[in-house]
Amino acid sequence: MKMNRRQFFKIGAAGVSSSGLAMLGFSPREALAEARAFKLARTTETRSTCPYCSVSCGVIMYSLGSGAKNVKGSIIHIEGDPDNPVNRGTLCPKGAGLLDMVKSPNRLKHPEYRAPGSDKWQRITWDEAFERIARLMKDDRDQNFVQSNDKGQVVNRWLSTGFLASSASSNESGYLTHKVIRTLGMVAMDTQARI
Amino acid sequence: MATLQSLDVVERSATTVPTPQARDGVPKLAKLIDVAKCIGCKACQVACSQWNDLSEEVGQNVGVYDNPADLSANTWTLMRFAEQQRADGGLEWLIRKDGCMHCEDPGCLKACPAPGAIVKYANGIVDFISENCIGCGYCIKGCPFDVPRLSERDNKAYKCSLCSDRVAVGLEPACVKTCPTSAIKFGTKDDMLEYGEKRVTQLKERGFQNAGVYDPQGVGGTHVMYVLQHADKPENYVGLPAEPQIASMVGFWKGLSKPWAAALLGLSVLGAFLHYVTHGPNEVDEDHKNGEEV
Amino acid sequence: MTNHWVDIKNADVVLVMGGNAAECHPCGFKWVTEAIEHRNAKLVVVDPRFTRSAAVADYYAPIRVGTDIAFLGGVINYMLTNDKIHHEYVRNFTNATYLVREDFAFDDGIFSGYDADKRSYDRSTWNYQFGSDGYVMVDETMTDPRCVYQLLKGHFSRYTPEVVSGITGTPKEQFLKVAEMIASTATADRVMTILYALGWTQHSTGSQNIRTMAMIQLLLGNIGRAGGGVNALRGHANVQGITDMNLLTASLPGYMRLANDAEQDFQGFLDKRSPKPLRPGQISYWKNFPKFWNSLMKAWYGSVATPENSFCYEWMPKLDKGYDVLHMFERMYQGQMNGFFCQGFNPLAAVSNAKKVGLGLAKLKYLVVIDPLATETSEFWRNAGPYNNVDPKSIQTEVFRLPSSCFAEETGSFTNSGRVANWHLAAGAPPGEAKTDSDIMAGLHMALRRLYEKEGGVLAEAVTSVYWPYGDPTKPSPEELAKEFSGYVVRDVTDAADPTKVLLKGGQQVSGFGQLRDDGSTACGNWLYAGHWSPEGNLMARRDVSDPSGLGYYPNWGVAWPANRRILYNRASADTNGKPWDSSRTGILWNGSRWTGPDVPDMAPTAAPENGVGPFIMQPEGVGRLFALSGMADGPFPEHYEPFESPLAANPLHPDNPAARNSPAARVFKGDMEQFGKADEFPYAATTYRLTEHHHFWTKHSHANAVVQPEQFIEIGEDLAQEKGIANGDMVKVRSNRGEVTAKAVVTKRMRKLTVEGKPVHHVGIPIHWGFTGVARNGYLANALTPFVGDASAQTPEFKAFLVDLERV
Repeated sequence: MKMNRRQFFKIGAAGVSSSGLAMLGFSPREALAEARAFKLARTTETRSTCPYCSVSCGVIMYSLGSGAKNVKGSIIHIEGDPDNPVNRGTLCPKGAGLLDMVKSPNRLKHPEYRAPGSDKWQRITWDEAFERIARLMKDDRDQNFVQSNDKGQVVNRWLSTGFLASSASSNESGYLTHKVIRTLGMVAMDTQARI
Repeated sequence: MATLQSLDVVERSATTVPTPQARDGVPKLAKLIDVAKCIGCKACQVACSQWNDLSEEVGQNVGVYDNPADLSANTWTLMRFAEQQRADGGLEWLIRKDGCMHCEDPGCLKACPAPGAIVKYANGIVDFISENCIGCGYCIKGCPFDVPRLSERDNKAYKCSLCSDRVAVGLEPACVKTCPTSAIKFGTKDDMLEYGEKRVTQLKERGFQNAGVYDPQGVGGTHVMYVLQHADKPENYVGLPAEPQIASMVGFWKGLSKPWAAALLGLSVLGAFLHYVTHGPNEVDEDHKNGEEV
Repeated sequence: MTNHWVDIKNADVVLVMGGNAAECHPCGFKWVTEAIEHRNAKLVVVDPRFTRSAAVADYYAPIRVGTDIAFLGGVINYMLTNDKIHHEYVRNFTNATYLVREDFAFDDGIFSGYDADKRSYDRSTWNYQFGSDGYVMVDETMTDPRCVYQLLKGHFSRYTPEVVSGITGTPKEQFLKVAEMIASTATADRVMTILYALGWTQHSTGSQNIRTMAMIQLLLGNIGRAGGGVNALRGHANVQGITDMNLLTASLPGYMRLANDAEQDFQGFLDKRSPKPLRPGQISYWKNFPKFWNSLMKAWYGSVATPENSFCYEWMPKLDKGYDVLHMFERMYQGQMNGFFCQGFNPLAAVSNAKKVGLGLAKLKYLVVIDPLATETSEFWRNAGPYNNVDPKSIQTEVFRLPSSCFAEETGSFTNSGRVANWHLAAGAPPGEAKTDSDIMAGLHMALRRLYEKEGGVLAEAVTSVYWPYGDPTKPSPEELAKEFSGYVVRDVTDAADPTKVLLKGGQQVSGFGQLRDDGSTACGNWLYAGHWSPEGNLMARRDVSDPSGLGYYPNWGVAWPANRRILYNRASADTNGKPWDSSRTGILWNGSRWTGPDVPDMAPTAAPENGVGPFIMQPEGVGRLFALSGMADGPFPEHYEPFESPLAANPLHPDNPAARNSPAARVFKGDMEQFGKADEFPYAATTYRLTEHHHFWTKHSHANAVVQPEQFIEIGEDLAQEKGIANGDMVKVRSNRGEVTAKAVVTKRMRKLTVEGKPVHHVGIPIHWGFTGVARNGYLANALTPFVGDASAQTPEFKAFLVDLERV
């Protein structure tokens, strides 16, 4: 390693500049040597399951606030659940970054509608969404429902609307989804089991 | 809470007042990175950024798996990937988690001219107290592992704290907790050395004749150690030095230049003061921006 | 998984093939590293790429994409010719001794019964020989030329190491080394687990890839045992649960197959699904099908479903064929669909041939996207430059985008790949006005129900009669829904002998599927989940971390289906006397009067071993099938067929039979056959895959993940890079006959040139995670490249083997 004159000077200058400034009263009181305050000390812990792969790791979500009436809680950190026998507190890079998915700028917040030929979204209410979608579904179902085939067999199927179901939904949501769409006679349905 | 009392600070940069040495029952801690178990998943990188609230920019792919491309003020740990052709025609993909080694004899601390900007705790953790950092970059020059990085935003140096805030409340560092394959372990240094030796024995039985624990004595040993399949060739693990030493210049600074500094004080204070008020504290050191070799 | 995640630690050999467990399931892979450290287990990885799994493997062998059956068939041949099978297991627990019909045949790549015009088989000859007693005929000596063992041996005798190496490109000595490591577990004291994923399923021969492995595990005696099994590492956190809930075209919750058109008679439908045992004394558990089916209909239609109306059988749709995802998009592309829902599903990115998918979506009248994130599919109409070059004005589809909650904001259960269901809790409300998936489905149902009640309509009563007992009809709670699919008693069930004695109290939860009844007195939304919410409460929420056996069963952590069994077919973990093959890894054992042990017996608890009840109780013969009968669409034995896009012009096993080049029974839609590229124009074998830093198309919306893998890239080997003048980090354009992708090149030693049938074959690796929404850098949809053909049995698209060309740009 070589050291030239300028660098040598800089060592001296840098070394004294802070202490020199402190002597002149320009530095704040010297901070104590202390580790950062532990940021989860008073958070609320909620147990959940990572939504990515099928290891389905246990996670703990740490939320701000005591849960009192005047507080709007917010998840501030997520870590693995050490009790979960499968992941034992570990998380992969996807699970370790879960908070950034929960807080993604691309999370959807309101029902939206894109009209035929349009190049933009417009915000609609849930009631408008449900009513318009139900109307479209009913019109399609009533027009295209196949009650019997060409052999005269009763088949009661609806082929012209399809449904791809989420594999990140809970069992409860998935069960209800099946109940809702199969009782309409829908058969064009699939999940991410294949994809 | 996570405050480490002054009694826990056993070394302090640029300070002539002796540090307290009363606590000698504090166990030395260590992190052991078992490269033979590492799958390079980068969970440690993400867990580190999440715990420490560090947000790196979205970079680019430059033809390798290493992302971000280098350590930075916002990237305190990083996987470095090396493809090594074996003599028998097989391939090894050696993946090393890079970051602060928490040397027992820390070159950064020795090189640091800012009082109290770098401290070493009784448990072995070397921590940057950023409020005291003046952004001179000497810690980088003093580090035999090329770890600290200056921030372009605030001109302060940053590096892994071994999650001193977690350790202070009895938790393991975030990277240790998250590691999916238990390639990163944490405990007392004695326990980690013992476990490391056990792993070395296993690796030797599995055909890695030169397996070993990397705990370089040139820096007094480290509180972050590796289990390497090929301890005879640390350089195969992307820039891991075979025999790290504290740079001679740092010794020079510690031994000779302090009186010089005192003599220079009167001259430099005025200049530094003017520099401070005209440029402010956030200016990036051009030397480091240009990567000039000292 | 037949086994479960923690159980991997009990293995002696771990084979990772058709998957990349270290990258795609890192936290599950920890049990591999535990097995290596604590059992001295050996990890073997077979993959076209040297993956991060390979980085920690004891042995790695390369393989050409789409040739896994050739490789595994070679392993079977190795095992049979070197007598490396678990004889007692094979003789007693598989159909090796069963005699097959004389007219079953296999001729130059085609099984008996093939109809070339229909591209399908009449499978009637793929059956056993039956004796006058109605049972299958067997030959305990396994010497009869028509016994399964002899047929198997004959079938795979063609798969010599030389032939295998020629097809797969795996050097012969490397193939033999892997075969030897696998075969080392044929002894009773050694067990191998296989961890696979979509690297096996996403082929035109996908189901047979897995079958071949299952056959190996049967021959080695590794199924039903701790540390063994056939383990599908599934891709989504609740894909197992959603599959169990069977949101699939042809089945209802609990894998109950829907009726087809011809099944007009309810009793005939039930009888066909309740098969009689094929061998004396066997259980044939599907005989309980009517109890499961009728209980489901009670859950869906309540008091409207009665024995008199056949439990609303008429209202359930009948199928003329399957309408899986590829078929849906084919119909959409043909203009035969009007409406489409994507719930947490991004088909524009996730389904093969993105161009065809986009054109299909543009022909819809309405598209409804339910998702927490702004997916590409929801914006398929938006011009995103080269990444989605469409004209919004020309797209007339009405699009609705409904914001849903993500995991953090909902309460409910997920079922992991090991079939263990765990309950999770919400930590807050979703952002803005977003709702949970179930609230959205309830909102839709209520809106439809109001319309049908007001206006009537076609089969309106099937909609208006749906049993909807929820406290707030617009917000069925997760607890209400979990209790419904876990099953409850509709009305008091009394003892037939003593009507004053109440066996099951009306209103209470059932404790398991054993309590379900076919008379309408029980309701259960999914028989496999019966008792998950039992009279004792919500078993899915159990958090007992004790593991008394030390084998990782954790019997009181959550609950597994079926009946909390942690390892399926665990009867096969003990010999014919009920003694464990390996007492250090006991699953269950016969104590003289009943089955006991750390796991819940997959067997009637008091069925004495000497009665010979087979361990595979869901099969009417009670044993594992080395010969698949009619269960597979493309043959009762696996056979190697080339991918539909292959660098080889012919199947090396059947060089003179063009019909046997590719899977003869795989479904190819009209027009798609012409879209297959040829090797002269597209010379490189390509495959798509995930990287460990990303999950599918979601985490590109997560900043932390975008940082650690920011930009799309293509992986190629150094030989190919040199040939094409491509340097690390150059931009390259990859083209298939369907589309193109331009991305950075990662030039690596980890992908190497293979020699296939004497000629060099290069691979091109295409990670999938990029698109035109998200916080990562925009990229091309990898599925612009992939072909629109599916597996013969499961219709899973062939994402993993196709042809491309590439050049530096």
